[in-house]
Amino acid sequence: MPMIEILDDACKGCLLCIPACPHELIHNTKAKLNKRGLYPVEYVDPEGKCTGCRLCAIVCPDVAIRVYKEVKKKSA
Amino acid sequence: MDTVTLEGTEYNVLAKRPESLTDKPFTYCPGCNHGTTHKIIAEVIDELDIQHRCIGIASVGCSVFSYEFFDFDFISVPHGRALAVATGAKRMRPNAVLMTYQGDGDLAAIGTAETIHACNRGERVTCIFVNNAIYGMTGGQMAPTTLLGMKTTTSPLGRDATRIGWPIKMSEMLSPLPGAAYIARVSMHDAKHILKAKAAIKKAFRAQLEDKGFSMVEVLSNCNVNWHMTPEDAVKFVKEKMTENFPLGVYKDVWEEEKAAKQPKKEEG
Ligand SMILES: Cc1ncc(C[n+]2csc(CCOP(=O)(O)OP(=O)(O)O)c2C)c(N)n1
Ligand code: SF4
Ligand code: SF4
Ligand code: SF4
Ligand SMILES: [Mg+2]
Repeated sequence: MPMIEILDDACKGCLLCIPACPHELIHNTKAKLNKRGLYPVEYVDPEGKCTGCRLCAIVCPDVAIRVYKEVKKKSA
Repeated sequence: MDTVTLEGTEYNVLAKRPESLTDKPFTYCPGCNHGTTHKIIAEVIDELDIQHRCIGIASVGCSVFSYEFFDFDFISVPHGRALAVATGAKRMRPNAVLMTYQGDGDLAAIGTAETIHACNRGERVTCIFVNNAIYGMTGGQMAPTTLLGMKTTTSPLGRDATRIGWPIKMSEMLSPLPGAAYIARVSMHDAKHILKAKAAIKKAFRAQLEDKGFSMVEVLSNCNVNWHMTPEDAVKFVKEKMTENFPLGVYKDVWEEEKAAKQPKKEEG
């Protein structure tokens, strides 16, 4: 399943990634402060809806989002 | 593709920091598209595998520290002089890939003469021109690209054409010059346009690699801080107002012209 990782200390809380995600998986929770004293956004995806489309990462000015997709194991 | 193992599962990495950027965090304000522009340039340089040949020219403006962020050689130059220095470097090192990174105050005000002549001479250099319609670094003064009606610290009542003229259109101005190989105007207001911008930047570097002439990509960008907007509103302003005043598109494409010249002329009638 694809998923993303938000690098908390790189995130500047600009919120541009929030409207970019078609599945509304990124939220401005203000749950923690980062090293810069800013609120990083949070990825919340309990149902595993992320498609790995990368739209959030493309709009992020601070390269604070990594996108991962599970390696498909070749069946024997 | 890179892979990582997280909690016992192996993943392909679909998006990460490009190799041509250092690990230094950008010093730009939250939501500033200088960062996005750096990122796509670095991705293009990685994809073309030219990092080891690149020499960047850092101009003066908010991007004055760009030499800290790109992981290749850089020359830091006085305000407006980037294309003159790039000319010298390219002539001494013809195998190097030269990139200037310039704001609108830098390229379209103090550096106008350098810009026009580098283009007219067809210098084999690639210019990334970040048009945010303002002098960002110095606190939000009016630039030649400032839109009509836009309030800045030096046009507090809004830019008025009868007194201070119109927003200057560099892509339209430069594209008729014979030295221009590739000139395009792109925008950074959403993911689709950022990908288009990346494709244009790649073509601009290709123009240099294929020795076609001067290439420039004008990137419509934001300055949410000096525009006194949230990043989201600033992006909306780019989408609605900047693109209306500065139409997006390819203004010069040497490959298209070469193709057209090769087509047999259709007979009349
Ligand atoms: C010769 C000289 N004149 C003026 C300045 C002051 N100055 C520094 S940056 C700047 C304008 C920056 O605007 P722009 O090029 O649009 O870059 P931005 O910060 O908007 O990205 C000016 C006028 C200078 N550093 N050197
Ligand atoms: S990769 Fe696509 S689906 Fe996943 S969080 Fe980012 S924008 Fe949303
Ligand atoms: S776009 Fe990047 S910097 Fe901005 S809030 Fe999202 S992750 Fe943070
Ligand atoms: S002042 Fe404007 S152009 Fe400069 S970093 Fe901040 S938002 Fe970007
Ligand atoms: Mg500017």
